[in-house]
Amino acid sequence: MMTTQTELEKDRGLFVTGCEAAARAVLVAKPSVIAAYPITPQTEIVEKLSRFIGEERHDCQYIAVESEHSALAACIGAASCGARTFTATSSHGLLYMAEMVHWAAIGRLPIVMANANRALGSGWNIWADHLDSLSMRDSGWLQFYTSTVQEVYDTILIAFRAAENEDVMLPAMVCLDGFLLTHINQPLHLIDEKRYQEEFLDEIRIPHALNFDAPHTLGTLVVPTDNYKIQHNRKVSMDLVKDVIKDAEAEFLRLFGREYHPVMEYRTDNAEVLIVAMGTLAKEAEDAIDMLRFRGVKAGLLQLRQFRPFPDEIVDIISGSKAEKVVIIDRDYSGGCGGIIAQEIKARLYDAGVMKEIVNVIAGLGGQDITAEDITKMVETEGGEFWWGI
Amino acid sequence: MGDITEVRFHSRGGQGGATAAKILGMAAFFDGKYSTSLAVYGAERRGAAIISGTRISDTEVKRYSNLRSPDYIVIIDPVLVEIADVTAGASENTIFLINNRGECPPALEDYRLYAVDVTSISLDLGLTVAGTPVLNTPMLGALAKLGLVKQTSLKRAIKKIYSDPRNIKAAEIAYERVVRVQNLQYTLAASEELEEEAYEELEAEGAI
Repeated sequence: MMTTQTELEKDRGLFVTGCEAAARAVLVAKPSVIAAYPITPQTEIVEKLSRFIGEERHDCQYIAVESEHSALAACIGAASCGARTFTATSSHGLLYMAEMVHWAAIGRLPIVMANANRALGSGWNIWADHLDSLSMRDSGWLQFYTSTVQEVYDTILIAFRAAENEDVMLPAMVCLDGFLLTHINQPLHLIDEKRYQEEFLDEIRIPHALNFDAPHTLGTLVVPTDNYKIQHNRKVSMDLVKDVIKDAEAEFLRLFGREYHPVMEYRTDNAEVLIVAMGTLAKEAEDAIDMLRFRGVKAGLLQLRQFRPFPDEIVDIISGSKAEKVVIIDRDYSGGCGGIIAQEIKARLYDAGVMKEIVNVIAGLGGQDITAEDITKMVETEGGEFWWGI
Repeated sequence: MGDITEVRFHSRGGQGGATAAKILGMAAFFDGKYSTSLAVYGAERRGAAIISGTRISDTEVKRYSNLRSPDYIVIIDPVLVEIADVTAGASENTIFLINNRGECPPALEDYRLYAVDVTSISLDLGLTVAGTPVLNTPMLGALAKLGLVKQTSLKRAIKKIYSDPRNIKAAEIAYERVVRVQNLQYTLAASEELEEEAYEELEAEGAI
């Protein structure tokens, strides 16, 4: 999957941050409206976009709003008129726009948003933590979590196609760990923009967009006899999008040569213990798996790249594996209920009638430094909820 | 999981330590290596002690955690030796490079220490920003001398980030002027010493 760096350099390779990669992906997808409000550690995304647009590298309406709530409201307004839109936020910014987050999904508007994962206050903390976006998991947005600068870029490009599919029409959130990914510099391989625009992403067509030729209104009163049907329609699309995403990932591989799946497996062959992780922890965990394998421990990794809709295959992989123990790392904590990823996986294993030893390690909260060596020790912990460092 | 060379920079906010880490990473990338660069962010601002770092490897670098055992430690502001934990994670093999024009700090006496007076280099060139000398690009020139990246790749990376050609000049001068420090005394020019080391290695291998 990885091309060598010399090949990258020959083939338009850059050495940039996760924020810049996000901004460059957005330029390729060419939204006609971007509305955003800066917040650490997301600021560089909107800084870069406003500069690119200012330099007229992209014909787009950039709306500098006064808050995150307005940022998403502006995107909702533009998307309601049929526009491709993008915004970016983080942490308290995401929570401040929460009302609009739900509105965009229920209103079936395929907005794409980048969220720089950052912890929540009180007690200000600007570092990586997944609770901000996971607290929006029930809003009806597609959610992706990325582990490298390249993956940020590619996933945003894939997200536009999945969100805008005519049978889907749902907004998509692409998450990148604050600082760890937003601010790290890594090699980035750009794709052929023309090919993306001509062969990968069709022109946006939102069927219910406001239209002078067929005047109608959006967001009016929906009475109890209809509301549940609308919500059920959303469920149908959420079920359907699973295949739409896989199809987009397969097409991305065919056209641009990089492979993605909702769940990425790393050295799971003959694994006796599986680690599940999301975001940059999953990439660091690959080194941990190598170290464990070198020491004779047959460990494998499942990187959860897609959280909504929750990928069914993770249950198939776990139940099909001979591993009796599964270590689930959560960079989040749901008050009184453990880690959110562990809850989701355990619930589905029950449905599938699969019984395995589950260890839920709560690690990396608020930017807690977690090394590959730390992750190797997590496989030694035993069942239940385990807080790293406590 | 290949061997990773870790480089840690100590600087003050505004001295370009984070940019130095980026330029070094980019130069390694131009060399055909895989690299990542990062800065440790907190409530940093102009004048505060900053830590930044670069990881270089022949294979994909998958680490995001803090640097633990740097192979190189670069001290852009020498006063930081007294106020920051610059030797954290250092071993006898760690190479220190310090911006220095006076006596070398005793705290680094037991380490492999190299020094170069980049402050004077930039002042002589008039390479200043808002009246203060640019320190990061000449420090990178000295690092190139210590064999971390090719000088051509470094110059190319500097050009990508800074338009003022004096940055390249400063890096070239520092490349020539970096010296080894032993027992707090400046000794051989680094170039001569490195040549000696290379000779000894060849001799040990029986090549000479």
